[in-house]
Amino acid sequence: MQYLLLVCADAEAGAAHAQDGCEGWSEEMIERGVLRGGGGLRPPNEARTVRVREEQILYTDGPFAETREQVGGFTLIECADMDTALEIAAKHPAARYGCIEVRPMFTP
Amino acid sequence: MNTADEALGAAFREEWGQVLATLIRVTGDWELAEECVQEAFTKALERWRAEGVPRRPGAWLTTAARNTAIDRLRRAAVGAEKLREVAAMWHEPESGEHAEIPDERLKLMFTCCHPALTMEARVALTLRTLAGLRPAEIARAFLVGEATINKRITRAKQKIKHAGIPYRVPPAHLLPERTPAVLAVLYLLFTEGYAATAGDALVRRELCAEAIRLARVLARLMPEEPEVSGLLALMLLHDARRATRVDADGALVLLADQDRTRWDAAEIEEGTALLDAALRRRSPGSYQIQAAIAACHAQAARPEDTDWAQIAALYGTLTRLHPAPVVELNRAVAVGMAEGPAAGLAIADALAASGTLSGYHLLPATRADFLRRLGRTEEAAQAYRAALGLAGTEAERGYLRGRLTELGG
Repeated sequence: MQYLLLVCADAEAGAAHAQDGCEGWSEEMIERGVLRGGGGLRPPNEARTVRVREEQILYTDGPFAETREQVGGFTLIECADMDTALEIAAKHPAARYGCIEVRPMFTP
Repeated sequence: MNTADEALGAAFREEWGQVLATLIRVTGDWELAEECVQEAFTKALERWRAEGVPRRPGAWLTTAARNTAIDRLRRAAVGAEKLREVAAMWHEPESGEHAEIPDERLKLMFTCCHPALTMEARVALTLRTLAGLRPAEIARAFLVGEATINKRITRAKQKIKHAGIPYRVPPAHLLPERTPAVLAVLYLLFTEGYAATAGDALVRRELCAEAIRLARVLARLMPEEPEVSGLLALMLLHDARRATRVDADGALVLLADQDRTRWDAAEIEEGTALLDAALRRRSPGSYQIQAAIAACHAQAARPEDTDWAQIAALYGTLTRLHPAPVVELNRAVAVGMAEGPAAGLAIADALAASGTLSGYHLLPATRADFLRRLGRTEEAAQAYRAALGLAGTEAERGYLRGRLTELGG
């Protein structure tokens, strides 16, 4: 199964931890062979959002999330089941100041 | 009712969960498994009436369900490997010679109570798959629409399938984290049935019976877990008082006023024995402590024989283990009984000052009771009125009005 881990935190906590490493998390996950990709995201105010409605392209600033928590990074993992995915997510350092959303991917 | 129908009724209560659990394991498909088990029970009704009840109804039902599954998979032309797997799962079922069938229900319990599912979904799924309750029955027990329950169950099954929730008993290192989730679901089933605040009385009694039955299965399958036995003991000790908790008109009867000769002695004995065995493992937990409190009540032949000092101490332990304002309120009551109303009122007043239980009618009701016993009538009446404004059921309001009238007269 593949799961997308969305690393979320509020803007301040996210910025405070932006330069932190993954405290050995990446190394362990590479060792276990579960990482399929991922990366950290620059702040949402640098983003643009695109919509196409009635063949018109609309650009807006940033994502307009209702919550204070924003996606700050993502990791794609491949592992046996939800239990393993939750265990991997719980080990991620960002889980201690933000939260990690564990989303199962569609299986082809 | 004839023998076949009776046997089928018994088989439904005893075997549904086990047969379904086995079918889920071999087919890996919850929907298919459920349809096949349902069909097996339908077939059984016809065949058992005509040919008599088989010696092992559970094995008969599992074989029938398996055959339906093979049929359907064949028609759906799935891989030969899956088909062989399903076909091979049962050797000579009708001979009765096969080895001990491993109990599959534990896997089903842990999967239905997986933390990735919402509590509501866990409860509905447990009742549907393990207890075999129909969505309409679950809906009546929880006072929600049948469509809501159906949606909850369907979504939960979808989630198990698509989110990769494993069908298994979790490995040892996950058990301490996962067992409480299963216990919480069983306890919620029981309290929903026991609290009897609303809903169909018969269905609610069934909920208690199902919770006890599932706890028994769990206690047998996990004999080394004292909290599992503790929960079963707690349910039995509460259930023993079931017949005396409301009077003929459905009005609430307080513990002190219940007819203790009508408490179920067999349930009390079984609950107490289970609790003693659990406590000997010296790994106390909240269910064991709550059961110990229930045992203190159950063992007192008259209300005045109740060991309130012991109960107050047990609530103290419970508060340290799991601090919760409701537990603290119960401790206030016990302390009030052991040391007098002034000591109890001090704890209740501290709770009221903290504001954590505002809106909960039992806090002013408890304070009112202490104030009444202290002769502070005007303050007591005020507190009863506050409780009356917050109480949720007519039975509780009736009781509070009675107390208020007594004060005036």
